[in-house]
Amino acid sequence: MPAEPLFSIPRSSELETVTITFEGKPLTVPAGLSVAAALLVGGVHEFRSSVVGQAPRAPYCMMGVCFECLVEIDGVPARQSCVVAAQDGMKVRRQIGAARLDDVSFGDEP
Amino acid sequence: MSDTMADLVIIGSGPAGLAAACEARALNLSVVLLDEQSTIGGQIYRSIESAPADRIDLLGQDYASGRSLASDFRQSGTRYLGGAVVWNVSLDGTVDYVVNGQSDKIIGKHVLLASGAMERPFPISGWTLPGVMGAGAAQILLKGSGALPTGPVVLAGCGPLLYLLAWQYLRAGATIQALVDTTTVSAYLRAARRGAGALRGWRDLSKGVKLLAALRRHGVPVFSGCTELSIEGEKRAEGLSFKHRGKPVRVSASLLLLHQGVVPNTQLSWSTGSAHRWDPDQLCWQPVTDAWGRLGKTPFYVAGDSRAIVGAQASAIQGRLAALAIGERLGIVTDIARRAAPLQRLLRRHTHIRPFLDALYRPKNENRIPHAGSVVVCRCEEVTAGQIRHYVELGCLGPNQTKAFSRCGMGPCQGRLCGLTVTELIAQARGVEPSNVGYYRIRPPIKPITLGELGAVDRRIPTEIASPNREEPE
Repeated sequence: MPAEPLFSIPRSSELETVTITFEGKPLTVPAGLSVAAALLVGGVHEFRSSVVGQAPRAPYCMMGVCFECLVEIDGVPARQSCVVAAQDGMKVRRQIGAARLDDVSFGDEP
Repeated sequence: MSDTMADLVIIGSGPAGLAAACEARALNLSVVLLDEQSTIGGQIYRSIESAPADRIDLLGQDYASGRSLASDFRQSGTRYLGGAVVWNVSLDGTVDYVVNGQSDKIIGKHVLLASGAMERPFPISGWTLPGVMGAGAAQILLKGSGALPTGPVVLAGCGPLLYLLAWQYLRAGATIQALVDTTTVSAYLRAARRGAGALRGWRDLSKGVKLLAALRRHGVPVFSGCTELSIEGEKRAEGLSFKHRGKPVRVSASLLLLHQGVVPNTQLSWSTGSAHRWDPDQLCWQPVTDAWGRLGKTPFYVAGDSRAIVGAQASAIQGRLAALAIGERLGIVTDIARRAAPLQRLLRRHTHIRPFLDALYRPKNENRIPHAGSVVVCRCEEVTAGQIRHYVELGCLGPNQTKAFSRCGMGPCQGRLCGLTVTELIAQARGVEPSNVGYYRIRPPIKPITLGELGAVDRRIPTEIASPNREEPE
């Protein structure tokens, strides 16, 4: 993870914060951001790897149409991080290639 | 009003959706509005209710004007469902959506599709690298969180949004490494030939010229008429190379923002099976509607930029006109001609300049239909322009066939980011018009939905038909 984020929020130290983790490392960011915005200002450059060529990818549209910002959030794979609000304690991981069924927790039988 | 039925269900809370809701509520219709985002405003008025005063000031007057519409909407008595991702619309007016991990549905006697615009894809070499984003995407970050580029940024392409973002960045104190403009002198001449539109468009043109002049005055290197744009970098963007006045130029940057206009987000209207036409001036598909925005004989109406690119103000007027037409069909509006006339006059005034703007900011062929075979067209399934041309040589006539051959358009974005490129690529390779090539067959779910969300579907059966004794506005 590079030290220099692509985006930063001026005077963000004056704002309320939430703390999420990305690949296990804590990221503290201003409250009210989408997960994608939180990762970008938190210095994450690579959100996922592509399905065919395993190439690094990151958000392109920030409005829910391109699906480049897919990450795993709290165990659920392939979430659109630009339309999910960042909340305290969220565990975010890179989406590596396509989502697989064995990544998914199915919960208890009804 | 039952919570599962409404006179009007609106999808999208941009200017078209908000204004339609206000108008419909003034007619006393029961109205439910859904948006994928938790906040209202769409992309143009993104975070309009929560943005602090200094950010609103920075973003400028056009953005600030969204506040009164948002406040009218809040007072209109519309039921608002935020964070609701619509994944299906049916011809009986059913709208299926997921909110908080649960699937639910609402039935509208009429449904207004107001899903707005998206940035036109910019398929050039390297556009999939991390560090390359749409200028609109960066503006969403600015509107939503006040985020600015940390280091020097390069903006490339054409169109009002690109210059506006540069101006906003400049005012915010961000460092712009270069503005790489693909607009050519011939585009200005072509636009000027657009007759009356040119006169009316002069104000908008001078706005763009003023913005460019301001950028130059502040020492931002502006390169005009650039060609052969290509992004460099292995694992992430490192720079942009291009030709300027016949000479190769390279600028370094870790953040590159591309833009060449916006196009209708037509996923919903395509999914209804309605007819669409190719617009050779706006270079995109548009749903075929009547003058009020109705799709054929369906309960669906389309208003705003998801019908054709008209801008925020015209979108709001179209929303109001659609609401009036729906009011008439419900027997509430009996004097539609009188009510609509002033709106239609206003709409003509706002849309008169469009042909001029479309001509001036027409994205260059080379930035829509990649020459180089290696350029990725389908970002999800990593299909290149060369592969698509190859499938045409093998006999593919349209996007649904190249899709079957290559999975192009079959990834999670469902063709949103490659559809226009693939249509134009095939048309060029076959030597026919895009209208002869067609588009992907879009089917629900138009957004991915998990089996868990589907399983958690609310099984309430609508028992109550929306009462003829309508509620008073709150």
